[in-house]
Amino acid sequence: MSETLILTARWGKPNSAALETYRQDGGYQALDKALGMDPAAIVEEVKKSNLRGRGGAGFATGLKWTFLPKDVRPRYLTINADESEPGTFKDRYIIEHDPHQLIEGIAITCWALDIHLCYVYIRGEFPRQARILEEAIEEARAAGVIGKRLLGKKDFDLDVHVHRGAGAYICGEESALLESLEGKKGYPRLKPPFPAVVGLWGKPTIINNVETIANVPWIVANGGEAFAALGSGKTGGTRLFGVSGHVNRPGVYEKPAAYNLKRLIMEDCGGIPGGRKVKAVIPGGSSSPVLRGDEIDISLEVDAVKAAGSMSGSGGVIVFDDSTCMVRALARIAKFYAEESCGQCTPCREGTSWMEGIVEKIEHGHGTAADVDKLEQLAGNIGGNTICALGDAAAMPVQSFVKKFRDEFLRHTVERRCPFGETGWGLDQTSRPALVGAVRY
Amino acid sequence: MTNPAPVGAVEELPRDKVERFGRELDAVVKRYPPDRKAAAMLPALRIGQEIFGYCSPAVQKLAAERLGVSPARAEEVATFYVMFHTRPLGRHLVEICTNVSCCLTGGERIFEHLKAKLGVENGGTTPDGRITLREVECLGSCGTAPAMLLDEREMIERIDVRKVDEIVGGLK
Ligand SMILES: Cc1cc2nc3c(=O)[nH]c(=O)nc-3n(C[C@H](O)[C@H](O)[C@H](O)COP(=O)(O)O)c2cc1C
Ligand code: SF4
Ligand code: FES
Repeated sequence: MSETLILTARWGKPNSAALETYRQDGGYQALDKALGMDPAAIVEEVKKSNLRGRGGAGFATGLKWTFLPKDVRPRYLTINADESEPGTFKDRYIIEHDPHQLIEGIAITCWALDIHLCYVYIRGEFPRQARILEEAIEEARAAGVIGKRLLGKKDFDLDVHVHRGAGAYICGEESALLESLEGKKGYPRLKPPFPAVVGLWGKPTIINNVETIANVPWIVANGGEAFAALGSGKTGGTRLFGVSGHVNRPGVYEKPAAYNLKRLIMEDCGGIPGGRKVKAVIPGGSSSPVLRGDEIDISLEVDAVKAAGSMSGSGGVIVFDDSTCMVRALARIAKFYAEESCGQCTPCREGTSWMEGIVEKIEHGHGTAADVDKLEQLAGNIGGNTICALGDAAAMPVQSFVKKFRDEFLRHTVERRCPFGETGWGLDQTSRPALVGAVRY
Repeated sequence: MTNPAPVGAVEELPRDKVERFGRELDAVVKRYPPDRKAAAMLPALRIGQEIFGYCSPAVQKLAAERLGVSPARAEEVATFYVMFHTRPLGRHLVEICTNVSCCLTGGERIFEHLKAKLGVENGGTTPDGRITLREVECLGSCGTAPAMLLDEREMIERIDVRKVDEIVGGLK
């Protein structure tokens, strides 16, 4: 298999975040090429590339771009660097190791879409990454890459700014992100209208994830078809998979979009500490339905994971070995959604805290079999009845954990205690050296 | 201001600090279109919090005044985000992630250890005002878990009980 690394090629190299390093490696040549192309042709290449959003929903990027109304200006670009979905830790490394690749992606996207102002919304807990990105933007501005004239030659001005969040998972949801960027609390907006039509300050706005946009220079340089060929089906390119939990080598792995999940865990990540078995895997961030250990021999391609009953989401793979208590794990996940619900919709606000309460009760040995049924029923009532997808995101783990590990839930109610006791998070809770960067395949 | 505030009128804030706030805010406001100054509410509250210690009602009002929005709007924002503190904290804020990937690698144990060691509950401050301890959601460091955030500035990864003891012991 070829060894194409689109996103991680420079990670770990000395001064990888510097403009100079990026340029020596051919950086900003794709922008130069793009400036000689018809903007519509760039959108065509991105469509052909089968680039799909890496933020979680997997929406086709080129198609999203065509939703911008023809005649309304200004338009804005916002980059989603909120990275708050539990189990997700990839965008931060793009920013840390290779911020200019993101900036080049932004510049090409803005040129293609006639956008002159871009904000990168980065979570507040990433002060170091925000500073690295600000410095890289400053460097690009000082070198005339962005600013008054793109690459100092094209009569096209572009400004890019960093906007830091302040601690709220919901601000990763695109319309809450816009509210937050406007200086308000992060309450998601009713859709439609979608942000591409009515977005930031009421103007058409494209929102894309960091990883999504960091792929754009490669697509322009090598063509959409070459990108599509790296993946399979309707998902092109490579992806960054962040593997955490009970594996010997946690870390970020760049792999073809259709890489095998089991191989990623057992080979690339070196399998499970102590040679124990995989009990469960969450394949795409905490919102994606859990898979049993015997269900992981699947392709990670977006539609393949969907066919297996889950979601490849943000590429955050969380591995649980067979000594973990699944009720305890779900209790923590349920607590997260209860904490992070913005409270606007009754089914989400009340449903998430009820679910949290019931899972806690079961975990502590005070639950009954009826509570287990109740949990499923509650989860079923949230999905689809809310303003944003956080409601579904909270319901899916509950439904899947109960469905796949019902015996374990029932055992808690029969034994009237957690059978795992002190070791509910697993027999071995040691942190292991992470592998962050380019991994050959 | 129409209503007399129970605590924290803008006038009570030290003049020199208010001036510094104004200078730092001016630099940030430039990032937004001239008619969209209100967008700088998050940075304004962050700057205010850094300079005055916490987001008191006075700081909220100051931010609102400078950005031309109502104090209610500033309050709404200050109370929505977990990184804004409307009450004073200890001199240091120690935040331990207890989300799933961190717990699978010992995060809960570390958090429990610190609670016992410092004699505080989640969100509590030690009697000497040295440390506020808080449990937080996923910090985006799951591959290098468990993770903690110190003073909302420094992410410390792959922590264990020994390492946090050292870190916490070194805080003044
Ligand atoms: C509750 C919630 C949280 C989200 N958090 C993030 C996030 O942290 N980062 C991200 O890129 N997308 C996140 N998303 C997805 C965004 O709404 C949006 O789909 C995405 O940023 C679009 O970019 P993409 O098409 O490039 O993936 C979240 C969605 C929901 C419903
Ligand atoms: S679904 Fe939940 S998080 Fe989303 S808007 Fe409704 S209450 Fe808020
Ligand atoms: S779970 Fe702790 S950093 Fe992600």
